[in-house]
Order: sequence, then C-alpha cells, then structure tokens
Amino acid sequence: MFKTLTMTVNGAEVSIPVDERESLVDTLRNRLGLTSVKKGCEVGECGACTVLVDGEAIDSCIYLSVWAEGRRILTVEGLKSPTGELDPIQQAFIDEAATQCGFCTPGIIMSAVEIVGTGKRYSREELRKLISGHLCRCTGYESILNAMERIVEETYKRVGK
Amino acid sequence: MGVRESIKRVDAYDKVTGAAKYTADLLPTGALVAKVVRSKIANGRVLRFDLDAAKAVKGVMAIFTCFDVPDIEFATAGHPYVLEKEKGDVYDRKLLNERVRVYGDDIAVVVAVDEVAAARAARLVKAEYEEYAPILSVADALLPDATPLHPSVRPTNLLTHSSYRVGQGTYEEAKTSEPDLVEFEAEYSTQAVQHCHLEPPQSYAYMEGDRITVVSSTQIPHIVRRVCGQALGLPWAKIRIIKPYIGGGFGNKQDVLYEPLNAFLTWKLGGKLVKLEITREETMACTRVRHAIHAKVKALARKDGTLIARKIEAYSDQGGYASHGHSICANTVTLFKQIYHDHLVTEGDGYTVYTNHATGGAMRGYGIPQADFFVESMLEDFARKLGVDPMAMRLANCLPVGYVDPGTGISAYSNGMRECVAKGRALFDWDEKRKRYENQTGDTRRGVGMALFNYKTGVYPISLETANCRMFMNEDGSVSLQMGATEIGQGADTVFTQMAAESVGVSEANVHIVSTQDTDVAPFDLGAYASRQTYVSGMAVKRAGELLRDKVLDFAAFRLKKPAAELDIRADHVVRKSNGNPYVSLADLAVDAQYNRERAERFFAEASIDCHENTISTGVTFAEVEVDIPLGKVTILNILNVHDSGVLINPKLAEGQVHGGMSMGIGYALFEELLYDEKGRPLNDNLLDYKLPTAMDQPDLHAAFVELEDPTGPYGNKALGEPPAISPAPAIRNAVLQATGVAVDSLPLSPQKLVEYFVKAGLIKEVAQHV
Repeated sequence: MFKTLTMTVNGAEVSIPVDERESLVDTLRNRLGLTSVKKGCEVGECGACTVLVDGEAIDSCIYLSVWAEGRRILTVEGLKSPTGELDPIQQAFIDEAATQCGFCTPGIIMSAVEIVGTGKRYSREELRKLISGHLCRCTGYESILNAMERIVEETYKRVGK
Repeated sequence: MGVRESIKRVDAYDKVTGAAKYTADLLPTGALVAKVVRSKIANGRVLRFDLDAAKAVKGVMAIFTCFDVPDIEFATAGHPYVLEKEKGDVYDRKLLNERVRVYGDDIAVVVAVDEVAAARAARLVKAEYEEYAPILSVADALLPDATPLHPSVRPTNLLTHSSYRVGQGTYEEAKTSEPDLVEFEAEYSTQAVQHCHLEPPQSYAYMEGDRITVVSSTQIPHIVRRVCGQALGLPWAKIRIIKPYIGGGFGNKQDVLYEPLNAFLTWKLGGKLVKLEITREETMACTRVRHAIHAKVKALARKDGTLIARKIEAYSDQGGYASHGHSICANTVTLFKQIYHDHLVTEGDGYTVYTNHATGGAMRGYGIPQADFFVESMLEDFARKLGVDPMAMRLANCLPVGYVDPGTGISAYSNGMRECVAKGRALFDWDEKRKRYENQTGDTRRGVGMALFNYKTGVYPISLETANCRMFMNEDGSVSLQMGATEIGQGADTVFTQMAAESVGVSEANVHIVSTQDTDVAPFDLGAYASRQTYVSGMAVKRAGELLRDKVLDFAAFRLKKPAAELDIRADHVVRKSNGNPYVSLADLAVDAQYNRERAERFFAEASIDCHENTISTGVTFAEVEVDIPLGKVTILNILNVHDSGVLINPKLAEGQVHGGMSMGIGYALFEELLYDEKGRPLNDNLLDYKLPTAMDQPDLHAAFVELEDPTGPYGNKALGEPPAISPAPAIRNAVLQATGVAVDSLPLSPQKLVEYFVKAGLIKEVAQHV
C-alpha cells in the first residue's frame, strides 16, 4: 500500500512514504506541512489546491501522489527568493489588494506563475479565461485580474516573447 | 497614517506566502476523524439503526446516533443571547436528530482513526425510518393537514409571522382616498442560493482538564462558545473557541454549524483530539442557504408616480430548522417600507415557514437582496404601467433625508441615496444609454436598468450591540491591539489597525493586531455580521485608543514636567500640541515607563461599547446588458455600484468589498440556484453543477462612492460589507426588461427561464423541435 515517493518540492529533493491512494494535496499538506495548498472541494472544481508539476498548474486534489515520482513540485511556499524577497507576483497581489479571505490566493498565484512564466502578453479577456478554473467568492476577480494584468505586462516588458 | 487611506492589508503578506493559517492548517497530528451520517429521506423519523457493519470496519472508534445525544434542544443562529428566552432564537434542534427534517439531516456520527475508515463506516450505517411525504413548498407546509415539523416549538409549520402597518388608515381604505389612483399588483420570487465560501466549515476539538477547546472556522467565536455550552448542558466557560483565519463566511459561518457536535465528540471520547470536516457537498446541501422567498405586492399611485400606499406579503421557505429564519423575513418586509415612502400607508406581512428544504440562514444581505428584487422590480414595472420615468419615480419616492423608522427608530443620520444616483447617472452615461436602447428590434437587444437599496448598520435596537477592544503599549512604543471582532476576509484587521493608529497617534507599522480570537483571551465581541464591526467594534477601537493615549500623555506629563493638556501624540512621538514639535519618541517613553523605578507603568486600555445607535447605508446599481433572445442568454456589458457608506476607512479595501458583493449579486441574478428533486434531494450540491460566477462570467466591476460623513460612525463610517450584494440582481433584471420588454418575475434569469418567457411574449416565434 505504501510506496516511497521521490520528488523535488520547492527546490529540495524529498523521499517519503505515501499511500498509493493518496492525492498530492494530502501528501503536501499532511506529510510535508505545505498548508498553503488548500482544500476547497477535493474534486477539481475550485482550484484552491493548484500547484505546479514540472511547471504546469494542476489541481493537486485529483492528482495521485505516486504520479509525482521524479517530478518538480512548486507551491507558494517555494516562491520567495532564498533571501526572503517576495516574488513579483506575490507583491502584485499585495499591492492590488487581490487577496481577501486568502483561501483561493495560493492556488491562483500558482496559476499566475505558470501564466507569467510564458513571458507572453495576454489581454484581460485572455487572463479571464486562463484563471477561470479558480473560484473566488470574495473579490469578484477584479483585483486579481488587476494584479495579473500588471505582472504579465511587467514581465513581458522585461523578457517579452 | 490613520483612516481614509488605502494602506495595504495587514494580512496580505501572510496570505500570499502561505503563512496565514486556517483551521485545517493548524490541526495537530494524530487526530481522530469524525464523519456525519446523513438521512436518506427529507421528512420522517429514525426508528432504529443497524450498526453492525459499520462497527466492523477496521479503525472505527465510536459511533454515536441520535439516540445517544443529550436531550437538549438548542438554537444555532449567530445572534446575541436574549435574556427572555421566549423572545430570542428558536431552540429546535439537537446535536443529532431523530426527527428528520432535511434530506441529509444529521442522524449519527462515526469517529475513526482515519478518513477512509470514517467514510466507509458512515456509508455502512443503516437507518430504518418512518417516512413522511416531503413538504417542499411553503403552500404545502401551510395546508391544514400538513405534518408539523416542530410540534415542540410551533403547533403548525408557521415559524413566524411579523407584521406592520405604518401611516394612516389601511391599504384598502387608501384605494378610495382620492380619485384617479392607479393600482399595481404583482408577485415575485427568489431562489435558494448558497454562500460558497471557499473554505468549507472545519473544526477540531480536544480537552485540557475538564475544559473543551474547539478550533473552528467561524465568524462568531463568542457566540459559538455560548451555543456549545448550551447544547452540551455545560457552563459556557467550560468551552474555549479559537478562531484562526477563515476562508470566507458570508453568513453561513454566522451560524453555529458543527462546533457543538465536535465538542460533544471529544467530551465523550475522553478529551481525544477529533476533527470534523464538512465536505463541499455537505456544505451546500446541509449547512445553510439564502431563503427562497415569494412575495405578493400591491401599490397605489397617482398618475405622476407619487406612491400613496403599498402592501407586501412575503412567504419565506425556512427549510428544516429555524436558524436565523424568524428574523430574516422580518428584515425583508422592513426594507419595503424604508426604501420608499408612501403618502398614506404601508403594510407588510412576513411569513416564515418550515419545510423540508435545506435550512435558510444568514447570508450577506440578510433578507434584503430578496426584498430589493421585489421592491425594485415592482417599482420598475409600476413605472412602466404608469408611463413615467422609473428613475424619476424612484427619486420622487425614495428614502427621505432624515428618515426615522417608526418601528425601530433606526435613522438615516446621513443619506446619500440621491447623490449616489446623480453620481452613477453621470458615470454610467445613463440618460444617453437609456434613450439609445428604446424600442429595439432583432434577436440581440440591449438595455439598461437600475436599482436602489438601503441597509442598516448592525442590529440595534432589534438586538444587542456590544463590542470590546484591548490595547497595550509595548516597550518599543508599538501598540498591541486585541479585538473580539473577526477578520473573515473583509479587511477588518486592517481597518481596526488604521483606527487604532488614528486614535492613538501612531503609525500602522507600530500597531500589531492579534488576528486570532481565542475566547480565553480575546475581548468579548459578537462577531462579523450585519455589517457592524467597522461601526460598533470601531467605536471600541476609537475609545480604547483615546484611553491609551490619555495614559501615555499622563506619564509623559510626569516625565516632561509639562501639563498633559499641552501634549499630544503624533507620528509615534509625544509632541507639543500647539506646534507639533516632538518631545520624545513613544519608543523611549514606553521603555522608560515600563522600567521607571519611581513610577513603573504598562500603558494599557480596554473599552467596552454598548452601542445604542444604528444608521442607514444606501446606494444604487446601474447595469447594461445584451440579451441574445433565441438563446435566452444575458451578457452584462457594464455594471456600476455607487455606495453611500459614509467615510471610507480604507478606500481600496472598500472597493474590494463592492466588487465581491457585485459578483455575488450577478451570480444571484443570472446563474445560481439550488435545485431539489421531488423527494427533497439536492440536485446540484457541488461547484460544477451549481453555477458560481467565474472570471469569464462577468465584466469589469465598477465601484464608486459618495462619502458623506455619518455623525454616528466612529470615523463617519457606516455599513459596507453586505450592501454591495443587494442591488445588482434587480438592476440586471430591469435592464433585461428595457432590452426586451419582458418583465421577469423570478430569479435567476437563467437561459431556460428566459426562453420560456420570450416564447410567451412572442419574441421567439419558433421553438426548435428536438427529435
């Protein structure tokens, strides 16, 4: 039933026993203490548990931990620089008041990391579609889109593709 | 520094880094897992259980059924306690219920060593029922032969009837009060919706000594403590509630949901750590919902649109348990008399009726979004009938400046309703759009609509309003701030920090608010509801700040050998009041005070507020829509809320409150509806089938404000949290009316419904035949 899972989480290699039936969200939360990964529905509807697997945003509640073997996982806990500076995306979320209750925030930020990471320029309408897998009941998405628009634009100016 | 500034949220850093801890994030290891067993019928009685199969599941520690819990009925509404029990909340449920009133009612609970064992065993618990026909409408519930759902508290299914008549005479008499009056009659209805806070209700409980601690995702820790004590028959202080960050509440967590059951489990299991998490599906089907209400309205007006008399009868579907229900429909009919003024008389009757639907409870707006749909649809339809301009008719009849509610004395100490309309009208380009969209043809049509609202601030005098705040100054001159009022995402911690900074005279960086409420430590407060905290709890912050300031200045006077009256605190320094020249930094003064051998002092202040005021917030929504008639699809092109919430403590966060409320209003208008089958089983109790708005379902949300200073608010402020969710739905509905000429009389304006209405109106000539 238990398997040893080896993966890279927020830059560090970990090797831990996991239940074969376990979802990645439970492994990250319960075995590694990465509680930024939130559980809002556990069936892939709300997006609160979004993390990056090899750079791709996935719902970790419907992703079996054993699938993560050999892969790179990134959560919000892994975004700060080694000296503790915030990622510009995190800063944009603070500046634009894009967090209220904060429960959807880590998941949306991880999608933002994927989106911003493309270096492409996106219109506000395209961003709406790209974050439509995330539910937020507090902000009406307005401030989140403001933060994302800003960071996408800043990134494009720097590394534009 | 201080109020009226858009400082960054004090919790933003922790929320974007994952450092902010919510209930489930704090759970120690080794917890037992509880799983509620739910009834498979909506109406009936549990006769007996067969627990053999469930008990045989490896890892099951205990199973408690409705026959094992204390014979104590308790009330769950997050209201202040009422000393005269008969005037307060309705005590109509036990920890687990033998008498089943809702599909999915709590009939037993399994505790096991892990999730898998708990879930398996819960599925294997077999219940045998005596089943009654489910009562799934208010009309059926009121039939003379309907089974009373709560005979111990009410002889029939009528939970509450509230009634008023204000003005002269009766509505019937008003009909003949002058010649040429025009009468309008209609019926409108709203649907049940769910809060859909992203964090489901979570709790865990354990004991230390003979006291029970429950860590819970709640808006109302002090009320939860009291209700846990009541439900278990324990002295209230045997219970300790800890409330960390919570992932939204919107009123659902202004109800005492599963904390008493969780407390019971640890109590019965020798104080062991037990967690009780409610799934998304359970949250949607088995916690609380916004009441579906049906209203019959009548109105009399002169041909010019002057309202002479109106009457509303509202019927609220309470569902299985009383929760907040008795007070919500009363609120609904109250809006009807406040928002418009009748020349002669206004009559209101609100009926709240038990059924076997999910239990209605508090949800952002507390009966007013329903009321606003009724009254603003009515106003629009009546204006159309009279051939008068609906905006002009609104302005001629709406909430008078200086309004005082004759029943409660709640007053519009400030009233910016007309200013909001004027501001929005210009920003929205209303006159031009309204004209442009007259008399359209074709399959795609556009229209604009508007809706006003008003909303009270807190619950006084209907209920108690009290709040406490504690502050002390640290040796570095910073201020520690403790509140009983709760941060639930709305930004309470940030505005309290700003108020404390303003009141004491320090910078926000030197205010450290304790976000978590622990009822063993936190000052008493009723919690986050009724848009009360910035107003009532804000009064406590202001007062505590003044007291702290006085103590600091008294010590400064002693040290500086100057009269305290000549001193002030500004920008973290004691300064000369007349010219602001600094004498000493608070950092130096506070450490001196703490360790002064002649006069050692910890600057400390606590304020207790017994608030006897309530003031009215107002505002308006303007909406522009495009309707694809054959598809029955409404696209919102533009939407604007203008709010009169007094002085904004933090304009940027205020805007965020408005955006979120508007989004909730849009979901209410177009998409959201809880559906049930003929057995009362929920059909869409998940976030896939229940259509919560995504980022693609709405346009940019525009917020504007009219900042009139309210004389009763601690900083000129008044209600803001709930109001934004109120008026979008009727504004959107009225925009669809202008676009299509079709007056939809119920929410939501879903494609299925609109196509039906458009066929009836002859706008859709041929309906495609499906083979």
